Amino acid sequence: MKYSIFSLARAALSGHKNWQPTWRDAAPKDRYDVVIIGGGGHGLATAWFLASEFGIRNVAVLEKGWIGSGNAGRNTTIIRSNYGLPGNTGFYELSMKLWEPMEQDLNYNAMVSQRGVLNLYHSDAQRDAFARRGNTMRINGIDAELLDQAALRKMLPFLNFDNARFPVQGGLLQRRGGTARHDAVVWGYAHAASALGVDIIQNCEVTGFTRDANGKVTGVETSRGKIGAGKVGMAVAGSSSRVAAMAGLRLPIESHVLQAFVSEAIKPLLPNVMTFGAGHFYVSQSDKGGLVFGGDIDGYNSYAQRGNLPVVEDVCEGGMALIPMIGRVRLLRQWGGIMDMSMDGSPIIDKSPVDGLYINAGWCYGGFKATPGSGFVFAHLIARDQSHKEAALFRLDRFQRGAMIDEKGQGAQPNLH
Amino acid sequence: MRIVCPFCGERELGEFTYLGDAKPQRPAADAGEDAVYDYVYLRDNIAGVMSEHWYHGGGCRAWLKVTRNTLTHEISAVEPAAGAGAAKVGA
Repeated sequence: MKYSIFSLARAALSGHKNWQPTWRDAAPKDRYDVVIIGGGGHGLATAWFLASEFGIRNVAVLEKGWIGSGNAGRNTTIIRSNYGLPGNTGFYELSMKLWEPMEQDLNYNAMVSQRGVLNLYHSDAQRDAFARRGNTMRINGIDAELLDQAALRKMLPFLNFDNARFPVQGGLLQRRGGTARHDAVVWGYAHAASALGVDIIQNCEVTGFTRDANGKVTGVETSRGKIGAGKVGMAVAGSSSRVAAMAGLRLPIESHVLQAFVSEAIKPLLPNVMTFGAGHFYVSQSDKGGLVFGGDIDGYNSYAQRGNLPVVEDVCEGGMALIPMIGRVRLLRQWGGIMDMSMDGSPIIDKSPVDGLYINAGWCYGGFKATPGSGFVFAHLIARDQSHKEAALFRLDRFQRGAMIDEKGQGAQPNLH
Repeated sequence: MRIVCPFCGERELGEFTYLGDAKPQRPAADAGEDAVYDYVYLRDNIAGVMSEHWYHGGGCRAWLKVTRNTLTHEISAVEPAAGAGAAKVGA
């Protein structure tokens, strides 16, 4: 159905009893032109772009649980394009530009809110690094403003500006950044893709690949039977290594747990997304009023979707150092998601060495903001067998070639990215 | 998660730093680029029981070899990693 003010009024007049499911819960057919493994934001966005931009509508999205039950429903909902390295800068801006018209494109309210993303700096050296990144953004046509302390005191009077150890000197602001309602992004892509004929198949876990005599992937074996496919794309985040192993591949990826937190709802307090520059803490306030925040990954390999207390303490210390008044706010919920941490902190969107299998992985803990861009360039790769120009550097073989995209300069130690 | 250090006893996780999978072995100097690529970048990324290296920086500063299930965080064994400290406990 098409959503509009009139559909809302009609539903209201009938007591909201006649809302229909927004997408079709399909049963698997024998064969599809393209099968996407993973019904998260990236997988569903890929299916939608395949159908809407590249004319491939005989597509299935296979999800082992329910759509959006993985990282798409476990993130801190931040969208931004403030990256500094070639490869990342252009790609994340492509994604940002797809966030902006998303709700009209999908006919679904994803609550995209461009409330600004502010990275705070606490030293002269950090200011210089932020100025450089801001300049990189601006010469690539992305908005960035370097604010000094006086500007921040007007905007965010509650910050701990005079912290003895980490005084807030200023910040790099991207006003077009912000947040989006993560579940609605999943449902929106499902809604729009389903309307174009994409089959969304839940409770369908891939257990293996079927391959022909030449080794080409011809389909998948699943908990709901064999499904043939012209091409198979995987967008399974923390499960990337496990799915790739079914095709005999080892990836430059480790799975790590990242925790996120939400407080009890309070009155409007934080006008934008902000990040503490002297520790790892990022926070925004949801439209329901809860403070949504997070920090570092726990640092050890994990598939458990739950973390441990040292990181909880570290994140909360970061919050207290930056905004001491939130110490009175109670924590409401806390959860973990499994991140596909790559060896240079940047994603992989490429054909795999196995014919017919395409890889979308290595998002580390930055996958949510990339959802529309990732879907678009992955659909481009699958449809045309050629990388989109903004994803041309996200190659699987870049580690072998020494062409890493290491935004933090940490080297091949995934838990440091 | 708590780790029972063979030198210090049971300690909380915050005292330890993680390195990663203990399986990859540094290849010989003449092993060639593919072997080095494999060692530095590729991982089994095991979902299940994994042997891994942890550093007890908040205690004895020894490297430990911890056998841990990545699906449950259950630790089944902790022993000193090969090196100077291992001799002290007869490992």
